[in-house]
Amino acid sequence: MSLQELVFLGVAGITLAGACLAVTLKNVFYNALSLILCLFGVACLFIFLGSEFLAVIEVILYIGAIAVAILFAIMLSRPMFQKNVKRNPAKILQAFAVSAALFVGLARVIRSTPWPAAETDGDYGLAAIGKNLLTVSLVPFEAVSLVLLVAIIGALVLSAKGEPR
Amino acid sequence: MTELVKIILFGTLVALFVSVNALFLVWMERKVSARIQLRRGPLHVGWEGLLQTVADAVKLVSKELTLPKEGDKFLYLLAPALVFAPLLAAFLVLPLGPGLVIRDLNVGFLFVTSLTNITFIGIFIAGWSSNNKYALLGSMRAVAQNISYEIPLLLSTMGVVLIAGTLKMSGLVAAQEKLWFAALQPAAFLIFLCASLAEANRAPFDIPEAESELVAGFHTEYSGMRFALFFLGEYTAVFISSAIATTLFLGGWRGPLLPGPVWFLLKTYAVVFVVMWIRWTFPRLRSDQLMNFAWKVLIPLGIANVFLTAVVLVFLK
Repeated sequence: MSLQELVFLGVAGITLAGACLAVTLKNVFYNALSLILCLFGVACLFIFLGSEFLAVIEVILYIGAIAVAILFAIMLSRPMFQKNVKRNPAKILQAFAVSAALFVGLARVIRSTPWPAAETDGDYGLAAIGKNLLTVSLVPFEAVSLVLLVAIIGALVLSAKGEPR
Repeated sequence: MTELVKIILFGTLVALFVSVNALFLVWMERKVSARIQLRRGPLHVGWEGLLQTVADAVKLVSKELTLPKEGDKFLYLLAPALVFAPLLAAFLVLPLGPGLVIRDLNVGFLFVTSLTNITFIGIFIAGWSSNNKYALLGSMRAVAQNISYEIPLLLSTMGVVLIAGTLKMSGLVAAQEKLWFAALQPAAFLIFLCASLAEANRAPFDIPEAESELVAGFHTEYSGMRFALFFLGEYTAVFISSAIATTLFLGGWRGPLLPGPVWFLLKTYAVVFVVMWIRWTFPRLRSDQLMNFAWKVLIPLGIANVFLTAVVLVFLK
């Protein structure tokens, strides 16, 4: 086995292990940290595929913003010494069914899409993504920003409700 | 095989540089603070007290390592490494001179920015696993501050990137052949300095470790070498953000007469000096002032700067 394959197996292993730990561990703080490990593994996979830009953005957005927001929510919600709540088998089954359906759907979409190999030269990743966002995918791009704006305004309205003017 | 030798060689060099740099910066900080406060600073160990920090490091190594009783041991031990390791990786992209970069990545300094995110998580874990209210408060402040200041930090660099047309460190230095970006983008340079001060938790933005209210912030429960790792991390972070400021705004390794690496280090340590000067001159901000400053001053200024730069570039074309 070549060094490259070994590294790939290692990175993929870390990603999968992080994903499994994120749903099986009982301490919520550990769940969030395992999720971070999994996301970091995905970023490493992007580097492995030659897209440094996506890897960097993955770390900045998913780990730096989303995962940290999750950690914040956990810290604000319950003290460390509190006992873990018992797991409910019925709920696990429901969650399993939903995620299985999602998995099957995503797998189908992924398998039915043709994946042309991208050219790998110089700034391709960054320049191509930028150009694509502002030309071909302009409408979805703007739609997403509108959705985010609505979310921000909604969060502001919700958080300002209890406070006296 | 040569690749492996290269990795080991560069790794060793970086590790050596990081420790020497931290020892030097601690000495420099003491000297700068002393002069600003009309004292003389360390004098007795070595020339002008240069070896004082070495003596302190030996003291730190010989100290007992304590574990908080109710804390989370695994995470408690993991945190210092998580804070320190990403900073080492940042040396990958620093351009010391013409062609003197370990890896000239296409994403350039964004790589460093993304790695600092892992440092925040290390700080978070340190505060949480210590099971100490001061540590927890300190780490929460640190992360809230870091999330807020990352936006102006990235916004301020965007103007430079627009002009240079690349994120590569070597390309950014090449684009400053005639004029430094500090002259073309003065507002961006100031925003970058402010935001990177806040990112490195330096005064006047040091509320995460505000001594007078939080003991020592997130590293309250750490002792000996584990504490030293946080300390080493802080000084390495100061060096790295100064080095990036040098590359982005001060022409990188370019300069007359002297070779590239000398100019690079000279400029970087000049920025470090300014950072220390600021620390010992201004009082600490309050938490809400800090957030207001980021969201109401730096971010609008940053966006205006990007907008103006883009407009000017379009009209010049």
